[in-house]
Amino acid sequence: MTPKLEIRGATKAFGSLIAVSDVSMRVENGELRAVIGPNGAGKTTFFNLITGFFPPTAGEILLDGQNINRIPAAGRVKLGMGRTFQITEIFPELTVRENVRIAVETGLGFSLRGWLNRSDHKRVDEACDEVMGLANLMPKADRLVGELSHGDQRASEISMALALKPSLLLLDEPTAGMGDEETYQITGLIRRLHRDSKYTIVLIEHDMRVVFHLADHISVLAEGKLLAEGTPAEIAANVHVQNAYLGNPE
Amino acid sequence: MNGLLRHKYATTAIIWVLLLTVPLWLPLLGGYTALAGRVLVFGLAAMSFNMLLGFTGVMSFGHAAYFGLGAYGCGLFLKYVTPSTPLAMIAGTLLGGIAGTLFGLLLVRRRGVYFAMVTIAFGQVCFYIAYKWDDFTGGYDGLRGFARAPIDFGAFKIDIANNSTAFYFFIVLVFGLAAAAQAFILRSPFGRTLLAIRENERRARFLGIPIEKHIWLSFSISCFFTALAGSLYALLNNFADPLGLNYIMSGNIVMITVMGGMRAFWGPLVGAVLFVMLQDYVSSMTTNWMFFVGLTFVCVVLFFPRGLMGMFQKGAKT
Repeated sequence: MTPKLEIRGATKAFGSLIAVSDVSMRVENGELRAVIGPNGAGKTTFFNLITGFFPPTAGEILLDGQNINRIPAAGRVKLGMGRTFQITEIFPELTVRENVRIAVETGLGFSLRGWLNRSDHKRVDEACDEVMGLANLMPKADRLVGELSHGDQRASEISMALALKPSLLLLDEPTAGMGDEETYQITGLIRRLHRDSKYTIVLIEHDMRVVFHLADHISVLAEGKLLAEGTPAEIAANVHVQNAYLGNPE
Repeated sequence: MNGLLRHKYATTAIIWVLLLTVPLWLPLLGGYTALAGRVLVFGLAAMSFNMLLGFTGVMSFGHAAYFGLGAYGCGLFLKYVTPSTPLAMIAGTLLGGIAGTLFGLLLVRRRGVYFAMVTIAFGQVCFYIAYKWDDFTGGYDGLRGFARAPIDFGAFKIDIANNSTAFYFFIVLVFGLAAAAQAFILRSPFGRTLLAIRENERRARFLGIPIEKHIWLSFSISCFFTALAGSLYALLNNFADPLGLNYIMSGNIVMITVMGGMRAFWGPLVGAVLFVMLQDYVSSMTTNWMFFVGLTFVCVVLFFPRGLMGMFQKGAKT
């Protein structure tokens, strides 16, 4: 079966600096894949290659078997890639419902409409309720997003990504800068999306507890290269990974 | 939320009651009806400008260009083509609106200060054309020799030329239709994408909203409405002034909007009330009236950063 996302020998160089070097990865449908690595391992560059922030210097990126190397970020969104950002990107002075609504309307291709007829209006309302429900945001639907806690803001951002009906969800450090309670809230949300709603998810994460609890498979990057790949148990037992994280004893 | 909505409807209702009863109460306060006409014209110009500043988050410092083009378009049409008020208004609106639409194509990739600078430059180009082209535009003296014509419906006539109350209600009608159209646009899915661009351009882009196209459309719509206000201004004065195209006029539009409150739909109208009042009363006492306008502006910005209407908006809702 064609994997959801496949990366073949992806390389990205900025001048003489090689940020990502010959990394390959296959993400199957319905899988939750985590990409981890120490600071400067090239995680964010790798993520940007997938989302189309810039094209790879060498190698191929395939979505559903189709080469998307030359498709810019906005085009990849249309192909079904939903993403969130390391720094929460929301519309702070609008309500949760408005935030989600803008995403839903854009996803349905209504962004240039001057009005909606009754059935379109209903479709939009139902889609908003559905994604806000998934993220447990219904009680806060009419609050301004900018006033919410960090965890709720992140949940709102994930709702906006879901509103576009993505077939692949890309999360850039979803629990960055969060306390324990908020981390728990967001990991719970990600788990529900994965187990109950069957989303294919790729996430970059710093927090090891999050990764080992959530992921089906983990890819470890170090110094731009793929260091190891496997189930959480395999990765935890891997000597190279331990060295990369804890410092090489040699 | 319900409280906020009720608040919004109450504001709108109060504004309409006040506007419709102007001929009854304004003379009691020592004003005259034409003064209320000025408020509506500047208010409409600033509300149109605010679709861009307050609701799209884009700063233009050259909206006088479209205001002035609307005024000249209307005046030139009345003078040289035919004395029909509605057709002249359409001509003025199209002239300013189309100029803005075309110019907007060059603008949309600029942001912030650069956007503002390029808009000033275009405004000044229009100003110098009107200023120097004596034979056609009247040059420094402005365009004279035209007058608003009564509106002829065949069966009956509305004499907006001589009856100042009739003319005031004509302005109220045009203003009302324009304000309703703006409210409609801002509440549409398209209007919400503009808020999204204002709030977070990067996020909006990643949702798949074509930012440049939407800013261009917003700019274009804003210019059409501003030009409509300009054409009313020409009718109000039976005169088109080259200074109406000048960057000082652009600055006035910005001041009116910011004083009134750029996050509130009716904010710019409230700003226009304050501006016209200051202009009228203070200029009768001293020629340095701009000093007092500037002082008021500074005070409002310092003490009510969200503008006069912002004071009443608790939830910071748009």
